[in-house]
Amino acid sequence: MAEILVLVEQVDGEIKKVTLELLTLARSLGEPSAVWAGPGYTDVAKARLSEYGAEKIYVADSADIADHLVAPKAELLASLVGSRSPAAVLIASTTEGKEVAGRLAIKTDSGVITDAVGVAEGFVAEQPVFGGGVVVHSKVAKGTPIIALRPNSTQPVATAGAGTEEKVDVALSDAARGARVVERVKEKTSSRPELTEAAIVVSGGRGVGADFSIIEQLADSLGAAVGASRAVTDSGWYPHEFQVGQTGKTVAPQLYIAAGISGAIQHRAGMQTAKTIVVINKDGQAPIWEIADFGVVGDLHKVLPQLIDEITKRK
Amino acid sequence: MNIVVCVKQVPDTATERKLRSDDNTIDRSANGVINELCEYAVEDALKLKEAYGGEVTVLTMGPDQATDAIRKALAMGADKAVHLSDEALHGSDALSTSYALSQALKKIGFDVVILGSESTDARTGMLAAMLAERLGVPQLTLASKIEVAGSAISIHRQTDYGYDKVEATLPAVVSVVEKPDPFKPRYPSFKGIMAAKKKPIEKIGIADAEIDPAQIGLAAAWSVVADFTPAPPRGKGVVVNDEGDGGTKAAEFLVSKKFI
Ligand SMILES: Cc1cc2nc3c(=O)[nH]c(=O)nc-3n(C[C@H](O)[C@H](O)[C@H](O)COP(=O)(O)OP(=O)(O)OC[C@H]3O[C@@H](n4cnc5c(N)ncnc54)[C@H](O)[C@@H]3O)c2cc1C
Repeated sequence: MAEILVLVEQVDGEIKKVTLELLTLARSLGEPSAVWAGPGYTDVAKARLSEYGAEKIYVADSADIADHLVAPKAELLASLVGSRSPAAVLIASTTEGKEVAGRLAIKTDSGVITDAVGVAEGFVAEQPVFGGGVVVHSKVAKGTPIIALRPNSTQPVATAGAGTEEKVDVALSDAARGARVVERVKEKTSSRPELTEAAIVVSGGRGVGADFSIIEQLADSLGAAVGASRAVTDSGWYPHEFQVGQTGKTVAPQLYIAAGISGAIQHRAGMQTAKTIVVINKDGQAPIWEIADFGVVGDLHKVLPQLIDEITKRK
Repeated sequence: MNIVVCVKQVPDTATERKLRSDDNTIDRSANGVINELCEYAVEDALKLKEAYGGEVTVLTMGPDQATDAIRKALAMGADKAVHLSDEALHGSDALSTSYALSQALKKIGFDVVILGSESTDARTGMLAAMLAERLGVPQLTLASKIEVAGSAISIHRQTDYGYDKVEATLPAVVSVVEKPDPFKPRYPSFKGIMAAKKKPIEKIGIADAEIDPAQIGLAAAWSVVADFTPAPPRGKGVVVNDEGDGGTKAAEFLVSKKFI
């Protein structure tokens, strides 16, 4: 069966869920080979990748790779594309994943598709465009298909793979060492899942007000990530990296709860492919209702505390 | 400092955006506006000029209507513009676009190229990285803060956990993210709008930038849209009025969907 390269997304050696989704999808298309880029590779990582079907694991764990921005990962993948001729390369459609995909496409003279939510036989990718209003099927016409898939596109399913390790040494070019990462500043103090990866997102809008603790409490009761509308990030009530929408993050969780958000088209552009949408808004005419699966017309400051109580009770 | 800022005209997101049924490309006949993140790029370019001196050149690739985006950038304070426009560019994908722009950038020359981190139409978020790859210069992308000291440049790269501090030596390609006040793009003043009318816009075609016609346009595309359909409408949802039990009702819904 054809080999499919899957670039592992990991932070400090911890594998992100999207990688398991990519491995699951890769199994339906061929034989997945995980590509580990950067330090932090351990037996735990090996076990996890094998559990989800990696037949091979290419390990390039020099510190150099993580110490320089994006380019080294593209170089590593390009060298593997050159030497192994895989049928396709799957990458997470995160901000960094897409950048890797773009550079890899140039290096390998291959077509690239971003923000895919599915890949069918013949590497036909499905992409929602224009904020989810239109569904496009596209195909790579030249080279090795490079497809970036959005987190939460598939459910990860464990099926053991051989997980045969192979060390890869890449001699990075000078060009790949151009941008040096000198410090990683971790501002996130919570243990909440990451916004773009989370299965559940609880978002608050202007209706919440400056105190976002009610949104954080609901998120924590559900093990969810916190999101915000631009009205909120603009006011400085919550940091910009939590903004959902056209000029913020795109999320496609199983459940999206929008509290005090009117549902402007620019906000919807970032969340309307969520599987289930729950709305709490005191205005029954707000545009967000057009995409609600369930909702309560009411004051969120009354509804949410009760909802949190109910969730805590039922756990 | 020679600063080039790439701007793009995009279909207004407040209108209904469409793909063309004849060749599956984005319909650009509708109302065009400057891509919002490009305004942040212009703002950051002007701030760099104000702090370190130099000149800001606007570069855009797109059909004739794209002059609106250029005028906006000039009205904000950019000095001059280069408009790469050629029938042959129609239908170019990310690979072609990055190639064409990189050729134009080589012709213009630059110390720093600034872009918005993504456009609202295609949203691939790849262009800055691809330009860096093509030009062989450092990639400093998703910047929420830019600092220059001599030939050294450093940025704060927005990440899910906070930010990365990234350093490089000029020349470099920078992309920027949206920021809250006081870092929002300035509004063009009346004086700026009037002055923009006199600023030079150099129109160039593919031959001027030594762009190989075999590498651009729909025919050269590395990826193709096979078909497209409107997304299926969402089913009608259940709406309840809060009569003191709204939270309980919401919890019951979440239980029924197995989220709790
Ligand atoms: C180019 C461009 C890009 C943009 N990008 C984004 C983006 O990425 N993300 C984004 O979110 N926006 C974006 N916007 C802004 C967008 O147009 C809206 O202005 C914004 O989403 C509004 O945020 P909101 O829904 O929180 O606020 P509002 O529109 O003010 O809505 C607040 C809602 O809260 C409800 N409410 C108030 N009090 C309560 C209460 N006590 N209980 C229950 N409900 C209550 C109100 O009924 C109302 O529906 C963009 C705009 C432009 C022009």
